[in-house]
Parts: sequence; C-alpha cells; structure tokens
Amino acid sequence: MSSAEPKPQIHLVLEPGRADREYWRELLRYHELFSILAWRDVAVRYKQTVIGASWAFVRPFLTMVVFTVLFGHLAKLAQTTGAPYAILVFAGLLPWTLFASVMGDVSTSVVSNGNLIARVYFPRLIVPLSTVVVALIDFAVSLVILVGLMVWYLYVPGWQILLLPVFVLLALLTALGPALWAASMIVKYRDFRFIIPFAMQFGLYVSPVGFSSSVVPEKWRLLYSLNPVVGVIDGFRWCIIGGDSPIYWPGFVLSLAVMVFFLWLGIHTFRRTERSFADMV
Amino acid sequence: MTNTVIHSQGLGKKYLIDSAHAHVEGELFVDLLWNRARSIGRRLMGAGGPVNAPASRKTDFWALRDVNFEIKAGELVSIVGHNGAGKTTLLKVLSRITEPTEGRIEIFGRVNSLLEVGTGFHPELTGRENVFLNGSILGMTRAEMRRRFDEIVAFSGVEKFIDTPVKRYSTGMYVRLAFAVAAHIEAEILVVDEVLAVGDAEFQEKCLNRMSEVANSGRTVLFVSHNFAAITALTNRSIVLRNGRVTFDGPVDAAIAHYTASLARVEQRRDWGRGENASLLSASLLDQHGNPTDRYTPGTPLRVKVAFQTSGLPGMSLDVVLRDNHNVAVGHYTSANLSRISLPTEPGRYECVLSLDRFWLAAGEYGIDLLTSVTNIMDDHGVDSAVRFVVDTCSPDGVPFNFSQDLGYGNLAMRLTEPLVFKPVPPSGG
Repeated sequence: MSSAEPKPQIHLVLEPGRADREYWRELLRYHELFSILAWRDVAVRYKQTVIGASWAFVRPFLTMVVFTVLFGHLAKLAQTTGAPYAILVFAGLLPWTLFASVMGDVSTSVVSNGNLIARVYFPRLIVPLSTVVVALIDFAVSLVILVGLMVWYLYVPGWQILLLPVFVLLALLTALGPALWAASMIVKYRDFRFIIPFAMQFGLYVSPVGFSSSVVPEKWRLLYSLNPVVGVIDGFRWCIIGGDSPIYWPGFVLSLAVMVFFLWLGIHTFRRTERSFADMV
Repeated sequence: MTNTVIHSQGLGKKYLIDSAHAHVEGELFVDLLWNRARSIGRRLMGAGGPVNAPASRKTDFWALRDVNFEIKAGELVSIVGHNGAGKTTLLKVLSRITEPTEGRIEIFGRVNSLLEVGTGFHPELTGRENVFLNGSILGMTRAEMRRRFDEIVAFSGVEKFIDTPVKRYSTGMYVRLAFAVAAHIEAEILVVDEVLAVGDAEFQEKCLNRMSEVANSGRTVLFVSHNFAAITALTNRSIVLRNGRVTFDGPVDAAIAHYTASLARVEQRRDWGRGENASLLSASLLDQHGNPTDRYTPGTPLRVKVAFQTSGLPGMSLDVVLRDNHNVAVGHYTSANLSRISLPTEPGRYECVLSLDRFWLAAGEYGIDLLTSVTNIMDDHGVDSAVRFVVDTCSPDGVPFNFSQDLGYGNLAMRLTEPLVFKPVPPSGG
C-alpha cells in the first residue's frame, strides 16, 4: 500500500561542514521521535522504582522543611514579606529544582543516549529537548505541594499567579542554555560532568532560594542579578506571593539578557559539535 | 543520472587517534585547562621560558579514502572487507550518523539503517512499548508502526510475552523481537550491517528469507556481512574495501574471489591496527612440537599462539572464531564465557597458547578470527583471518576416505564414542 503513495523525492547531500539549512524544519519532522523519547524517559522513571513517583514529591518537600526549620526558625532570617516563610521558600525552591534537574539531566543526556547517537541519525537536539519533559513532569508534581501549602496556610495568591506559565518557560530557557553547552562539553571532556552537580549545590545557596533577593544590599543587587536564576526566582515569587515580593526590574532585565546569551551560546556550541558526537560517544 | 540513488565522490573519513588517552573515553577537561594555562604561562614568560614542544600525540587515521561508487535504484549491493577496512564507517556516513571529512555523497530517497538490532531497547519497558520505541528510532512514523505491529509481533513469535518487560526475556526472545522490528522497516534505501548473525539456525533462515523478500520488492539494499553464503544469496554486486579504499566493484562471485585472494596476499604482514584496551599483535598455528605451521592434522589439539598487549582493564576476553573457506563459522571459543578466564590486569605484553579440542576437521582451508572484547559486550580489537591454515586430509582412524569441506556435509567428521553394534530386533507380535 505504501507504493501507492506518491513518493516524496528526498535529495540529500552529505559533505563536510555542510550547514544544514533544513535543520530546524527537520527537527519538526522528528517530533514523533521527540515525544516517544520523552515518553520513554517518563515511563522508565516512574516504572523503575517504587518511590519513582513519590521522589518528585519527597525531594522538594524535605528541602522545604529543612530550609523552613533551619533558616526560618533557627537562623531567624528576617521576615521581609507578609507571606508565610514556607511559601516564600517553596516559591523559590520550585524554579530552582526545575532549573537544577534540567541542568543535571540535559547535560548528561547526550552521553547517556550514546548508543542511539552512534547508531541512528536524527537531529541531536531531540535528545536534550526530550529530557526536559521529565523535569517538567516532576515540576508539575511539586506544584501540588505548593497548592497543599497554600491550603494549609489559607493563603490566597493574587492575579499574578496566572502568569506562572511564562516564568516556567523562562526557567526552562534559562537552564537549557548552559545545559546544552555542558552537554556538548561532556561529550568531549568526560570529567566535566563532575562539575555540574558541584555547581548546582553551590548555586542553591548563591541563588535566592532560602531568602528573598530583597535582602541583598541595593548597590549589589544589579551585580547579583548576573546570575540568571535570580530573575527566574524573583519572577516565581512575584507570581505566587504577588505584590509582597516585587520584581526588581533592572536586575530582571539583566537576568534576561544573561539568559539569552547563554541560550545562544548553548545552541551554537551544540549545533557546532553535534555532527561529531557519533565519533566521540 | 535519472535512477541513481547513491552517488559517492572522493569520499573520505578521518579519525584522530589519541595514543595518550587510548584508555579513557573522550578527553579530560582538566587537560584542556592545564594546556591552556601552560600556553598562557609560556606566552607570559616569552621566548625565554621553557619551551616544551607540545608533543602532539594524535595521529591521523583514514578510515575511508577516495571512495567512489554509484548505486542505482533497486540494486542489491554487498560491502565486503576485513575488520577495519572501513565497512561500518561507510555505512555510518551513508546513514548520516557521522560526517565525511572530505568528498561528497548524494542520496535520493529515504535511508534507513540497521547497524544493530534493538537500538534503544529499554529493559524496563514491555515488548509492545519497545516495538514502538525502536520503530520510531529507526525512522518509522507511529502510523506505520500501528499498521505493521501485528505483523511484527507474529514474525517475532513472542506474542505471549508482548506485555512483559523485555528484561524478563531470554536472549533469544529479545533478539527475535528486535530483529522483527528491523525486518519491517520501510525505506527506499536500506542499509544493513551484519544483523543476520543472530538467533538460532531456524530464525536465521527466516531472517534471510525476509531479507530476500525486501530485496526483491524493488528497494535498494546495501548489505555488510562476513557470511559469503548470505552475500551470494542476497546481493548481485559487491564492493570490496581494503584499508578504506575500494579495491573491487563488480559481480559477487568475482568480488569474493578477489577478497579471498587479497586475504591470502596480505596474510604475511598486513597491519592489524590496534584496539582500545587490548591489541592483538601476532598469532600463529603451532604444530605438536610448538613450531609455527600452516597445516593442521585432524585429531590433534588445535594450538594457536597469540601475542597481545593489554592496558590491564579487568574483564577482557580473548575470543576465537574458526571459519571454513566459505567464511562460515565452524566454532567459537571465548575465554571469558567459556572458561571464565580474563586477560591479565597488569598492563603489558603477553603471549599465550590456546590449546583447543582435538577436532576432526574436514579437509580444506580455514581461517581463525581473533577478537578481544570487554566482557563479550563490546568488541575491542578484532582481526579477521588472523591465522590461516589448511587441512590436507581428514581420515579418522586411518580409513581410506577423505572427508572434505567440498562434500557439503559440514566441517566436522563425527566419530563414534562406543562401538556401533547392530542388535537384531525380534519381529513384534500382533
């Protein structure tokens, strides 16, 4: 029956260094592979372990408890907003966890899918992009905790909460840039992968997760916003807590600019190196 | 030009072999930083500083060089050559997995490549899920997969277990399912690498039949195999590669003759290349006094002396495949699995004598392929026909009969282990 279909004449030229003009269109053509790889990662994650599903729950929840007890009660960090500290922390923890898991998963995705890359052709961007889906689903699970917290504290968010999806997208793009860059680096320099977990651990304390970025002295604030995660977390807090946690606009714009730069760097590096992935994985 | 589907002009593929890091995957970021720091330091200190010539330990290796050929629609072409001749690299370039270093290839049509069966199979997923996953990875659309699903499952013969995770499958079932998907790939140009060497004889025959079905349906097929019988049965044109260059391109029979002759010619001192962890250096057949020979006397231990160099990676196996003059495998030995012996973990050069069974091998020519592998999972260094030898006569117990390969009854003369006695059976009453 397939012979009855009109044959689309595909003409391919393989040459060294040939910039694939059709790359992005081809990426779209491979959307089925994208969804099936994403589905595989999700299915495997939630099939494998008994705590698979609950893992997404337990991790952010426990971190939130630790932060609340340690910093909120013992260290008595200044209560700068009207919202309960647990919600303040969680509103920072949500985007941070999303950022960190995208960084972790995407940066190792090319190497861990090495067998595919060495044996089949497809636009390589499919692999890191499909990895993002798992992180997104974990994120959705953690959102449930947030709702639970709001009910517990009888906290009603403002209209800003409707803008949350925008900031979710922002968090993804912020993570994707450095993650794609790291993914390309790890293919060539295997020891690079040890740097990522360390950087993430470090980043948790540098980023305004356990505190509001408003505690940073005014003169340092712009410099502080060079960390693109600052913009993302501020955005999340603003969505969830609203006017109590206003966005510091100059910093936000700076964070955005840094994000765009890293995204460009990531995609550029990835595209430049992906053609030799198969020779190195 | 109208019905040309693949046109390769001056194709070349170069790899960099880094001898310093032959033991690790990829390079080390630490080294990059160190080298950068050193070069900055050198620049700061100026010309007077210690000039350590940056010893470039990388060497070029051309896996393919100046490869030209043209394939027309519907042609069935096999690619022949010993390990390291560039067959797999050619397939990888054709299927866009890796980029050529020079030259250019034009392809008209959709290419699907099977470089391995079961690419992307995940042990945790069920057979059904893996069929869809694998099909999708091999370039099928979901609609195509749905249409062919029942056919695939029926072909594999694992209907009963299709909703069981494949980690519970036996190796045979796993391979059957994987091949079933592969066998139902739709493409105008099909590129196949040695996937027939799986499963039992019955399944292999099924696969061969399926392959010839595909071949006869008007599709273009490029096929790499060591199995001359399969090549002769499936294809009518052969491209012979040697050291990355095309040395012959023409009818299959002539190509096989050319290939066999070239094997004999290069036997003396062809470059064996090397492996990543354990490299084979030399090998020879030994007679009963321990001297190298090219004759084997049936009924005596088959003794092969092998020299190799290892990086000391634990779990390395030394494997042997004995092949007859049609390149059909006769027997196999693998030190890791068949005798639980791994190569030494102390790096260095070693020598050993594999003293194998007493075989009653049929008269004719034989070749021994040697291979080092990482726990039989990943091939490390393979040398086809590392040793070639001849059996002049095979006459067990001095009978006046020469059992030879040409008879077509296989390669082993079978012998009795206890006297053959014919007992009269009384006619049964009734």
